[in-house]
Amino acid sequence: MEDYILELKGITKTFPGVKALDAVKFNLKAGEIHALVGENGAGKSTFIKIISGVYQPDEGEIFLNGERVSFKNPREARMMGIATIYQNIICFPDMSITDNIFLGHEYINNYGIKRLLWKKMHDKAKELLHLVGNDIDPEEKMGNLSIACQQMVEIAKALSQEAKIFIMDEPTAALTQHETEELFNIVKKLKEDGASIIFVSHRIEDIYKIADRITVFRDGNYIGTWEKSQLSRDDLIKFMAGREITQLFPKKKINAGRELLRIKGLSKKGVFTDISFSLHEGEILGVTGLIGSGRSELAQAIFGIHPVDAGMIYIQGKPVRIDNPVKAMKLGIGYLPEDRQKQGLVLPFSIMENITLPVIESLSQRGWLRQSNEYMKAKEMAELLQIKANSVLDKVYFLSGGNQQKVVIAKLLAAKLRILILDEPTKGIDVGAKAAMHEIMCNLASKGYGIIMISSEMPEILGMSDRILVMHKGRIIAEFNRDEVTREKIIEVTINKRDFNQGTL
Amino acid sequence: MEKISILRNMYLNLKISKFKGIGLVFFILLLSIIIGLRNPNYLTVGNIRDMLLDTTILAIMALGMMLVIVTRGIDLSVASVLALSGMLVGLFVEKYQWAPASVTIFIGLAIGSFCGAITGFIVAKGKVMPIIATLGMMNVYRGLTFVISGGRWVNAHQMPESFKQMTRTSIFGIDFLIFIAILVYIVFYYFIYYTRTGRQIYAVGSNPEAAHITGINIDYILQLVYTLMGSLSGLAGVLWVSRYASAQSDTAMGLEMSVIAACVLGGVKITGGSGEVYGVLLGSILIGIINNALPLVRISPFWKLALQGVIILVAVIINAIIQKKVER
Repeated sequence: MEDYILELKGITKTFPGVKALDAVKFNLKAGEIHALVGENGAGKSTFIKIISGVYQPDEGEIFLNGERVSFKNPREARMMGIATIYQNIICFPDMSITDNIFLGHEYINNYGIKRLLWKKMHDKAKELLHLVGNDIDPEEKMGNLSIACQQMVEIAKALSQEAKIFIMDEPTAALTQHETEELFNIVKKLKEDGASIIFVSHRIEDIYKIADRITVFRDGNYIGTWEKSQLSRDDLIKFMAGREITQLFPKKKINAGRELLRIKGLSKKGVFTDISFSLHEGEILGVTGLIGSGRSELAQAIFGIHPVDAGMIYIQGKPVRIDNPVKAMKLGIGYLPEDRQKQGLVLPFSIMENITLPVIESLSQRGWLRQSNEYMKAKEMAELLQIKANSVLDKVYFLSGGNQQKVVIAKLLAAKLRILILDEPTKGIDVGAKAAMHEIMCNLASKGYGIIMISSEMPEILGMSDRILVMHKGRIIAEFNRDEVTREKIIEVTINKRDFNQGTL
Repeated sequence: MEKISILRNMYLNLKISKFKGIGLVFFILLLSIIIGLRNPNYLTVGNIRDMLLDTTILAIMALGMMLVIVTRGIDLSVASVLALSGMLVGLFVEKYQWAPASVTIFIGLAIGSFCGAITGFIVAKGKVMPIIATLGMMNVYRGLTFVISGGRWVNAHQMPESFKQMTRTSIFGIDFLIFIAILVYIVFYYFIYYTRTGRQIYAVGSNPEAAHITGINIDYILQLVYTLMGSLSGLAGVLWVSRYASAQSDTAMGLEMSVIAACVLGGVKITGGSGEVYGVLLGSILIGIINNALPLVRISPFWKLALQGVIILVAVIINAIIQKKVER
């Protein structure tokens, strides 16, 4: 028998109506990076919350260093050296970094008046931040940091608690490629220092890059544990999905039709400069680049959210001025924001109400909304996109990430658009939903839609795009055709550009 | 690239947070100059002292209100608690003329804490939304004040001299009211910035879910802030009745709005999580000026309320615009 630092056996957890976990097991060796994978709803998050003491299992046993333990609350788990870095970074945005790191285990003057020792905490915070490769001022407010930085702070927090076991829940979900690399370096460093890491992810690339062993959950069940070298990617996907996903990127080559959109010399000071490109019917135009390269801002400019300083936009050959989203929609441009929950959906509304929101005028007669029209329209869209729900009257709030994304797309389709700008359309959704999303995009393209797809995920960009634009620091630095592009070429141009820029600075 | 943007953020943040204070100071000075030009009496030592004295009660309560708002709550019952505590203390000194003035302070604190604790219990354990719970308690406490007093006033001649003199004496050369306010501010400053519990209040308001996972007892924190708010209102009740030498059932009607306005002016985020002691102090002073100076510049009392509202709004809007400008 091997020595496990952490072992869980027969863990079952039931919520009203759902069995979230059914007798699953898991073990963690000292000094390993163990990936826990599964689609959304596989029970990963519940499982993590059991390890970290947020939930208590209905059945099952937890062994820490061979001793049986049970955590009544998150504090107890933390005291035992288990630190969790949650998916939606759980931080205090209004408070300083130091506050965030030390809340719950502050340095306190033990003699005389018991006060917080701010100087000592600031100094320690600085030291820890330096350790994770980030020299931010610890008095900075947490909410002002990028997500990547916030994650570093969370890791620093775990270090300050002298954690031995790090649980990271989808840590790369919100990071760019570059930031992901940095995170991986830190994770590797933690491992070298003897920490054990549970790495939860559904990004297959990440898993193969970082993990030593892989455990797969599906629908609350334990599927198996493998050494990384013994599990092929195809098998992994199969185990995760429980079915064969034949092709992840089904984009067929089609002949591009008429020109839908032409951008000429679009500039916005300090954000992007001299952007020119065109988009044709049936085409998927991939736009990639690091976050901060101006890609999302460009999309928002085309959609009229932020005004541009210079440049022209032509739609089907005619010059247009787009200064607000309503105008953009009228001209046939739709925009799927990156943060769909915040910007794309009204969560407490039903699927139907969300879908028909932009076209509510056309479904009304004499100012009265015809509910039957609304229902038919929503149903048609929901079926078209295979939104999984009991009915279109279900609240969007309860849908999975993938299905929410479909609702946002349905909303765009209902509005009779020609040009769709999709910002990270598959971010944070699982493999199955991702494949479905890609299929939808292909169908739309073949129906004559022109699609601009912004993505940080290399396989998606390579697999889905007819043409690819690479942006860097607000400029398009390269354009590739589908046939000529390789992953290496894209990385090469971005890296060269970066080196070059750093050289001149 | 990442680093540069962080530095920029830091720089902006520094500028904004400093500016928040400076902006208010600037507005206070500007208003003072305008009023001073119209009525030179305004800028005399005597008047400024009077104004500060009138502001202390508001400033003390605004501090408690800040903590309540920081936890994403609001307390509309504060003026009623003030009145109830003031009335009970008034009746007490009427009956027990020999009672030393210092005892009344403790009675006021005790009554206020008790009222606040009940409100806190309803919010924390009863899970009633703060605005609803405190709206209810506002009427309950005000109603109780009428019931207990039978609608009658306790007038100056019914109060012992020692009680009335309490707020007219000075300690170490500082007016009693101002001394108390300074004391309260020092204690709260220390509590907010230098104790665990103080930080936990901000954590609860900034992100309740994270606070729970961090192991903070949210119910306890909520109970605490409403109790503290109550105790400050109770204290304010004693000070009020002593200063104005009269306890009435409708004392301080509507004061809760001035208290909340002082917090908002002072930059306390109404959605919770953020608020600074210096901001609340400046906000209270500004409200104090607005309340006291308008009669001095011979503005019709009919217009006074409307004008107060306009000035408050203008101050908030100017602050917001300046902040947005700085962020760009």
